[in-house]
Amino acid sequence: MENKVNRNIPDEILAKYAYQPFTSTDIEGMPVERVLPTFEATTGSNKLVDSLTDLVNKTVRDGMTISFHHHFREGDFVFNKVMRIIIDNGYQDLTLAPSSLTNVMNDIVVEAIEKGVVTNITSSGMRGTLGDAISHGALANPVIFRSHGNRARAIETGAIKIDVAFLGVPNADEMGNANGMDGDSAFGSLGYALMDAQYAQTVVLITDTLKPYPNTPASIKQTQVDYVVQVDAVGDPEKIGSGATRFTKDPKELKIAEMVNKVITHSPYFKDGFSFQTGTGGAALAVTRFLRQAMLDNQIKASFALGGITKPTVDLLEEGLISRLMDVQDFDKGAAESMHKNRNQQEIDASWYADAANKGAMVDKLDVVILSALEIDTKFNVNVMSGSDGVIRGAIGGHQDAATAKLTIISAPLVRGRIATIVPDVTTVVTPGESIDVIVTEVGIAINPLREDLLAVLSDVPGVPVFTIEELQQMAEKKVGTPKPLEFTDRVVALIEYRDGTIMDVIHEVKD
Amino acid sequence: MSDSKERLRRTMMFVPGNNPAMIKDAGIFGADSIMFDLEDAVSMAEKDAARYLIYEAITTIDYGDAELVVRINGLDTPYYQNDIKAMVKAGIDVIRLPKAETAEMIHELETLVAAAEVEFGREVGSTNLMAAIESAKGVVNANEIAAASPRMIGIALSAEDYTTDMKTHRYPDGQELLYARNVILHAARAAGIAAFDTVFTNMDDEAGFYRETELIHQLGFDGKSLVNPRQVAMVNKVYQPTEKEIRNAQQVIMAIEQARIKGSGVISLNGQMVDRPVVLRAERVMRLAKANNLVDAEGEYIGK
Repeated sequence: MENKVNRNIPDEILAKYAYQPFTSTDIEGMPVERVLPTFEATTGSNKLVDSLTDLVNKTVRDGMTISFHHHFREGDFVFNKVMRIIIDNGYQDLTLAPSSLTNVMNDIVVEAIEKGVVTNITSSGMRGTLGDAISHGALANPVIFRSHGNRARAIETGAIKIDVAFLGVPNADEMGNANGMDGDSAFGSLGYALMDAQYAQTVVLITDTLKPYPNTPASIKQTQVDYVVQVDAVGDPEKIGSGATRFTKDPKELKIAEMVNKVITHSPYFKDGFSFQTGTGGAALAVTRFLRQAMLDNQIKASFALGGITKPTVDLLEEGLISRLMDVQDFDKGAAESMHKNRNQQEIDASWYADAANKGAMVDKLDVVILSALEIDTKFNVNVMSGSDGVIRGAIGGHQDAATAKLTIISAPLVRGRIATIVPDVTTVVTPGESIDVIVTEVGIAINPLREDLLAVLSDVPGVPVFTIEELQQMAEKKVGTPKPLEFTDRVVALIEYRDGTIMDVIHEVKD
Repeated sequence: MSDSKERLRRTMMFVPGNNPAMIKDAGIFGADSIMFDLEDAVSMAEKDAARYLIYEAITTIDYGDAELVVRINGLDTPYYQNDIKAMVKAGIDVIRLPKAETAEMIHELETLVAAAEVEFGREVGSTNLMAAIESAKGVVNANEIAAASPRMIGIALSAEDYTTDMKTHRYPDGQELLYARNVILHAARAAGIAAFDTVFTNMDDEAGFYRETELIHQLGFDGKSLVNPRQVAMVNKVYQPTEKEIRNAQQVIMAIEQARIKGSGVISLNGQMVDRPVVLRAERVMRLAKANNLVDAEGEYIGK
């Protein structure tokens, strides 16, 4: 059947997964039932285990769901260490449920799929060789993609039931008190992993730095942890975060950033006490710089910045231009290190950040968000998942969640190389057009016709030409031409859930 | 199109003729003129490819109101004639001749351009010309170069070659360019065409760029050649009129209008006669104000 964003969801998918089709971004009143793990109480005074292999063999059984976090990003050693043991010990039919999959995990996941070790995956996203393998039908069951907020919802409600969580931490004591901000491989906020620690049946902490008991501040607490195991190294500090964040010198990115800034400052939300979220990327960081100047010029301060935090945002906190950083993950060393000294940089878990099945998540209070896109269509639907070749190469991240902000801005170039960014129909709908308010490109902006209020205030901003989304799409097409339609088979290789657990779209196997 | 001698030419942005990404995006930065470079930016091996690329860009991409200029290879090169033919056929607004030293060079260029216009069915005289002065000889002959053809719309100083020719190099204070700048400016003004200052290449020296741009603005240059799109906004900022200048210009324009309605040949403002230079200056101020988004469609001051 076709859902609200005109995506055809095969009936067998609806039936097999008991999905409701996506209907609306409004989730007010959604009934929620949380499922907590059952376990036997322990009073032991030491949870240290010598061998990771023994521990895997003690905790993992065929058919289980195992989880990891991706806070070490491209510097992660833990995922490969654990998966190696799992593959070598011949486990079968596991469900992999990490918060996301980074490139450094790709090869071993592909191997695990080929050997039947992993038969189901749910993740925020995937890229590279793994995305390619999945798009070519390597996995029998479709991958389920969930936003960070939706993963929290799925864990809380039992849609993801984690049997064993293998959580790498840069420090821990022998009872399992740990945080993400101390040690050689510190990465800052443990935001996504906190869900696993709270809800997994069995929680295993893997660390390279044992601290004297009690280890504080503790983000993961001993009340949640079953085992602690020490290894040589949990991550490569050089690859965990991008080093010193540099502002872009790309004139096109700067031009887009400047226009994003004008959209924000001319909107009714730019007033004292406003809140915002930006991503990483060159343009997003440049927006932070322009916004800083606008805040100084207009004597405006923000109440909070949300989501993934970068050093430039920390600088605004230290300058007094932002009161609180609500931090679910840190993208660079500067942001990770500042957790120590800035008590107003608050670590938050994925549920507090963005979970729709909640008594109010932080995204509900968010005024302005700047997000990116691989594609945007004339219905304002956004794709951050499949590339121009139809192959999976992205992540939902917090896109669907943060897009519920009062002013959701998508910043993207009109075309990338020979590929149009604004298209008649996106390959994959991830975030529905209903959530999107303004598209900013280097040639001008398009405002969602649903937002007549924004059309009124943004129509005469100097240096911000306003087009209809159809005009932008035609401009892009005129530049790069009309591509041959992508070809897919009937086979579904991945499912895109909306943040409330309804189904937004499916991704088909690519035909080569 | 660049038919108006009074159009704004604050910014002439260089775009390497062999860089498709930059060529594709050249129109988005608000440069008054976009100058595609077939000369120094393009290696010998890429000369033909760059010419094809620029031809396709000009005939395909919408660059809005920008004046399109191409810097062709010099007349001592084997690419000169093909560059002219391709660019005239593409419908370029202005051909920029590098290393101009004599009026004859302009005459020769003009003859070839006219022939190409006939060959490709373009209106004869519709392709404008400009020249870059890059040597002592060019500076000495600036007057005749500027006045060499009715097609000429401007002359530009190219300081890298010029300072080498002068056995010096560029200094932060620009003293070494003082004579050349003034000669070129006078030659341009005497011929009634535009004067363009040279490029400033150190993108990390923002203060130096502003210092140089303020100097050439004060001298009276129309604008500057630029190597980076980020410099467009910086030049426009220097050339931006003040609120007082705009309000004064509005009064002058209103006085002209009143005189026209009354059928009076004499324009007066606050009891003072408004003469022609004042009118011209007021018109230029209003053009600059409009370009900087400082006035609305009706010419009312809206500030920033």
